[in-house]
Amino acid sequence: MSDELNINKKRNDQIKTKSSATSGRGETDIDYVRPAELPEQDLYHGHSFITKWIFCQDAKVIGVQYTLTAVFTGVVGLILSWMMRMQLGYPDLFPFLTAETYYQMVTMHGMIMVVYLLTALFLGGFGNYLIPLMVGARDMVFPYVNMISFWMFFVAVVVLMASFFVPGGPTGSGWTLYPPQAILEGTPGSGYGILLMLISLSLFVIGFTMGGLNYVITILQARTRGMSLMRMPLTIWGIFTATVLALLAFPALLVSSIMMTLDKVLETSFFMPTIIKAGEALSYDGGSPILFQHLFWFFGHPEVYIVALPAFGIVSDLISVHSRKNIFGYRMMVWAIVGIGALSFFVWAHHMYVSGMSPWFGFFFATTTLIIAVPTALKVYNWILTLWRGNIRINTVMLFCLGFIVTFVNGGITGIFLGNVAVDVPLSDTYFVIAHFHMVMGIAPLMVIFGAIYHWFPLVTGRFLDEKLGKWHFWITFLGAYSIYFPMHYLGFIGVPRRYFEMYDSPYMTSAVGMNEFISLAAFIVGAAQFIFFYNLVKSLRLGKPAGKNPWKANSLEWLTPDVPPTHGNWGEKLPVVHRWAYDYGVPGAKEDYIPQTTAPSEVKDAEVEKT
Amino acid sequence: MSDLNLDKLPGGFKGMSEDIGSDQTTFKGVNWGKAMMWIFLLSDTFVFSCFLVAYMKVRASVVEPWPYPSEVFALEMFGVPVPLLLIAIMTFVLITSSGTMALAVKYGYEKNRKMCGWFVLLTAIGGLTFVGMQAFEWSKLIFHDGVRPWGNPFGAEQFGAFFFMITGFHGTHVSIGVIFLFIFARKVFRGDFDTGRRGYFTTMKSDYVAIEILGLYWHFVDLVWVFIFAFFYLW
Repeated sequence: MSDELNINKKRNDQIKTKSSATSGRGETDIDYVRPAELPEQDLYHGHSFITKWIFCQDAKVIGVQYTLTAVFTGVVGLILSWMMRMQLGYPDLFPFLTAETYYQMVTMHGMIMVVYLLTALFLGGFGNYLIPLMVGARDMVFPYVNMISFWMFFVAVVVLMASFFVPGGPTGSGWTLYPPQAILEGTPGSGYGILLMLISLSLFVIGFTMGGLNYVITILQARTRGMSLMRMPLTIWGIFTATVLALLAFPALLVSSIMMTLDKVLETSFFMPTIIKAGEALSYDGGSPILFQHLFWFFGHPEVYIVALPAFGIVSDLISVHSRKNIFGYRMMVWAIVGIGALSFFVWAHHMYVSGMSPWFGFFFATTTLIIAVPTALKVYNWILTLWRGNIRINTVMLFCLGFIVTFVNGGITGIFLGNVAVDVPLSDTYFVIAHFHMVMGIAPLMVIFGAIYHWFPLVTGRFLDEKLGKWHFWITFLGAYSIYFPMHYLGFIGVPRRYFEMYDSPYMTSAVGMNEFISLAAFIVGAAQFIFFYNLVKSLRLGKPAGKNPWKANSLEWLTPDVPPTHGNWGEKLPVVHRWAYDYGVPGAKEDYIPQTTAPSEVKDAEVEKT
Repeated sequence: MSDLNLDKLPGGFKGMSEDIGSDQTTFKGVNWGKAMMWIFLLSDTFVFSCFLVAYMKVRASVVEPWPYPSEVFALEMFGVPVPLLLIAIMTFVLITSSGTMALAVKYGYEKNRKMCGWFVLLTAIGGLTFVGMQAFEWSKLIFHDGVRPWGNPFGAEQFGAFFFMITGFHGTHVSIGVIFLFIFARKVFRGDFDTGRRGYFTTMKSDYVAIEILGLYWHFVDLVWVFIFAFFYLW
């Protein structure tokens, strides 16, 4: 061990002398960082309440706005799931739950949770707040467009929510909005509901593109001195890759939304085949419903990773900070994120095994799907190896991180089942699928979101969240979520179909009825536990324990601002200068167990740091 | 670009790997707005690709015969139907406007305010001509030939749907470009890029690189037209 370190040290010394020689200085300056390439960023400072808090150009405020709006839609999604569980657990007990409303809830719940909660929260919320702070920029590169991005998202949410109040109600075609049924009479909300959904999605894509360009270019072109790509925290890598995916995948959603809108409004036949209704042919002729599925899933599968990759990145940072160890295999983690991102564009048809396609096609997509398991498993090993012999703080943040690893592995393994054509065909459209994707892209990313909020709340507000309430919140959510989704695997195996309003007298009922009741009860409790969390947020905003500067003793730049919480412009007079990666925890020979990214090498001469 | 000497940076593959490995910026000396435009165009490429792939898929799988473009898009000249005449002129105008845009960028970097402004204006007029001719083409197809998004007398009904949707989406891009070209022509003539006058909405200073960014968008719209031209009129 010590030999290795010595070798490393020698090599580092060689590199240092080499780099200082090229810098053209006589003496070896180990603190040398290349001079600034860019002039100071010009910022618009708001003066009135409106320009400071509403139409605000500060990425941090925009991030909070995104977060609050996304959480609001998330609460709507949560209430919808409660109502679905009421019907499934106690069929026919609630007269206001009809088959139509049930389908509408399924649809809205799915779309809200995937697009308007998770995507907006990870990229719009955490992205806006953390990117400029973590890369050492004063703000996003184009703050005005960034502001428009949020308001576009806001309008998209308003349009989506408006669909609850139009004649016919919101669309009830399932979150995948498959034509032809999505726009045909007989499907709930086939009039205004589907139209508003498609418009809302288009607005979301346009708004997201504006934000996404900002995130990508801020990361690529506005880093501070010394911040190379391979010194960025993994949070930034995750958000960056997810944003690139979103910029390339959302076009397919936009195009399919436009085409379906035209099918609905102008009666074109992009997706609509010849349809005979009550003995009469409709005006549609010769379109291709499978085309919609391809377009939708070309968006839909990368969307899974748009949600998952920021979660991967954030959880890596949280685990590293709270186990006081460097992240195991940083470079491997970066390449895994990038690799998963790239692969995610070649797997979309695994959502379509039962749509009818050539077996060779299915074989191809099964292979690519299973290949994704390799970098993903790498990441899981690395998280566990980061924890290995770490100085672990068992606080709420760490609990949520551990919860993430468990639920993610669970959901990932069922993903390997479903990735195989032969296994998928019998399981497809059963509760097994519900269990799989709720575990892997519902609960797992939510665990990270909660962990991240407990972690960064002190930065945003200057106060800690209550630990005791936090632990209650974690245990109820974690155990409750398991009680909800674990039995669903079994329901899937016995063949209970998903999206069914009621099982009636089918043979499933004998064994499934008690289980459905149990799942529903768990769902009510888990949902209610989230209000502990909201109470915690509101209470801690005023009464929480003051956090002070860098309360977690973290290395990354967001904790090193002169003001806490950071003000507009982030860095006061001078931009920070970065000398190392964000993971120098527990370095042998260093005075403290952490070395912030801004610490110059000459300040920690005795520490045996890795050269990064 | 205070301390960055672009000429001294190493070139080739080594240069690329050094840029990616370096701090601060990945694309050395590239303006933020310009980089954003490039990424936007990449995203927009995916939008148009999705449209065109969908078109190819449906055209390949539809049962009814596809209308014959040489006949549908022909113009009657002196009693003789000339195939693709209008489209040829439209394409010529649009490609020419790309040339004038390139000249505007050149004069912009030379800080030749007047010439730059005139060429931006000329580009805007070229774009406007294109949109006008497209409106003529659409009205001929709709009112004269009876082509509708939901059906047409020539064959498969998806012909009209895809034609109006894709050329309409492209036309919208051109129209947005024309609006910005006119706004930027005014900004150039007023000298905004010489004096660093702040933008009305963005409150940010700008310089002639803005003309290049607008030029990138314009060339992209042209390039997309080349593909639409090939897939709709020549296939």
